[in-house]
Amino acid sequence: MRCPMASETSFQQEFAIEGGDFNNAGRASSRLRNILKQIGISPLVIRRVSTASYEAEMNVVLYARRGTLSFMVTPEKITIVVEDEGQGIADIGLAMQEGYSTASREIREMGFGAGMGLPNIKKNADELEISSEVGLGTTVRFSVKI
Amino acid sequence: MSNRIHSLYIDPGKCDGRMACLRVCPTEAIRVRGGKARILEDRCIDCGECITTCPSNAIVPLTDSFTDFSKFQHVVAIPSPVLYGQFSDIVLPDHILSALRKIGFDDVGDVAQACELVSMAIEEFWAQYQGPRPVISAFCPTIVRLIQVRFTDLSELLLPIESPMEIAAREVKLKKSKELGLSQSRIGAIYVTPCPAKMVAIRRHPRKKKSFLDGAVSIADVYGPLLSAMSDQEAVIEGREMRKVSGIGLGWPILGGVIKSLKLKNCLAVSGLSEVIRIFEEIEKGKLRDVEFIECRTCPAGCIGGSLTVENPYVARSKIVKLLEIFGEQPQQNTDYIKKLYRAKYFLLDEKLQLRPVRPLAEDVSQAIQLMKQKQGIYEGLPKIDCGACGSPNCMAFAEDVVRKEAKLTDCIFVLLERQSASSGGSGQSAEHGGEKADDSQGRRRETRFKGKNSF
Ligand SMILES: Nc1ncnc2c1ncn2[C@@H]1O[C@H](COP(=O)(O)OP(=O)(O)OP(=O)(O)O)[C@@H](O)[C@H]1O
Ligand code: SF4
Ligand SMILES: [Mg+2]
Repeated sequence: MRCPMASETSFQQEFAIEGGDFNNAGRASSRLRNILKQIGISPLVIRRVSTASYEAEMNVVLYARRGTLSFMVTPEKITIVVEDEGQGIADIGLAMQEGYSTASREIREMGFGAGMGLPNIKKNADELEISSEVGLGTTVRFSVKI
Repeated sequence: MSNRIHSLYIDPGKCDGRMACLRVCPTEAIRVRGGKARILEDRCIDCGECITTCPSNAIVPLTDSFTDFSKFQHVVAIPSPVLYGQFSDIVLPDHILSALRKIGFDDVGDVAQACELVSMAIEEFWAQYQGPRPVISAFCPTIVRLIQVRFTDLSELLLPIESPMEIAAREVKLKKSKELGLSQSRIGAIYVTPCPAKMVAIRRHPRKKKSFLDGAVSIADVYGPLLSAMSDQEAVIEGREMRKVSGIGLGWPILGGVIKSLKLKNCLAVSGLSEVIRIFEEIEKGKLRDVEFIECRTCPAGCIGGSLTVENPYVARSKIVKLLEIFGEQPQQNTDYIKKLYRAKYFLLDEKLQLRPVRPLAEDVSQAIQLMKQKQGIYEGLPKIDCGACGSPNCMAFAEDVVRKEAKLTDCIFVLLERQSASSGGSGQSAEHGGEKADDSQGRRRETRFKGKNSF
């Protein structure tokens, strides 16, 4: 299943994310973090990648039925794609604003829903692309340079 | 080879490669090669889990023997307050301290007082602290090691305050060298330790050039001699050592004792290595930022449950609780004096913790990426049952060992059998090209119902 576009020196993998599964929430990001450590990526880059990927992963847990986190590491950059099947985002511009959140009270009580997730991804990524279709799902794709 | 100092020794004569240690090690630091267990030095955090698990008693803690102390002119025992909970209820700290003199120490120092000093120092530190939260206590050396090797991102959260055993030793040395007109180097400060981890922290201080302590003996080693010294009826000089002790410091050996001594609002006490690891993972994700301080300990009951103690930890706990009643919770140390010491950086540990993160697969990123691919390929061809028969703790670790050339692929019995049946004309698939999908590093779950449409 290797993508023909991937350069010879690249490593890629994919993890599943279950919507609403709080027990395993964050696991994909933490596995990604471990892999980056073994590849010897600098701590600063690892921190940026894992902060951003954790936010994207949590959004799937919170707002979607299920999704995947896939990543590709090359000597130049790390690209992460988090895509889901879920409610989708109607107005991406609005969702990107700091403090904007549609999180329910229960979710807020669990400590999420500050409306800082997407802005945080933007802050930590060198490139970011979000596409979404209401009722179908959302794809968040970002990369961090090494 | 690493120049690490370790608290453990695996006796090859006794080890019969039963693999029990392989699984309990929280940092995957043990391998069994050629039928004998050995420790990967750079991964070991001295937690002692393997000592208690080994069915052959082949893993032993290394502590100093009494005789090593002859180079000092004046030898002072500095017992962990854990020692105060090891004997019957009627034995008070004073009895224990005077028994330590009887068994041959020239002098004794008390750590409970230092605990109170340190708790005041933490208050001072906190009053000015503006940095990231939660601050993590650094008194359990295994926790510090865990951060050094596995949670390097959390190192900036470690409390930069010296531990009570060090402060106690420093105080004793200052005082005794003045009293006796001896240079400090002629005074030996020997910790009476509840665990091998403290021992290692003394031999090599994680955040300083040198420890103020010169060695350690285990509580288990002095227990017998102390008992017999206490049974001969010589009068104890009451109250001599313990004038300035209160329940504030005496409570430190129990889980929660540290945060109880602080006047902070939002603190946690977490114990047991797996629980601590879970909390650290939460912090890594950016959670628990509203918590001010976390007291972390390897031993589930706190230091009273250290692996070199004698008394059952729950019994020891109730004894310490009784002592707290006797000594009361009134502060006994002079606040202004502590403030002055604090300002003079007496308690401060300003050296950065040396991190020892996992060694990358290769120094060069491109090469590491290649090896990572190889590792994943090897892993995919393994049975993913984590049997440990290869001598590595699980299939993923084995794949890594092969890539690092620390194991041969045919050390896996399944690969070996496949190869043999393949070479004898069977149709076994070669392991490197096994077709299964990459998954969980633990091999626990098989995904995925939903597959991303995406590709790169
Ligand atoms: N994958 C997604 N699917 C559907 N809606 C999403 C998704 N990701 C984000 N959103 C919407 O965008 C809003 C803003 O997301 P963002 O991650 O910035 O904040 P939040 O998740 O509400 O709070 P925080 O991330 O700070 O806990 C969310 O409240 C949600 O309405
Ligand atoms: S918690 Fe256990 S390992 Fe940690 S310092 Fe205390 S006795 Fe030692
Ligand atoms: Mg979010």
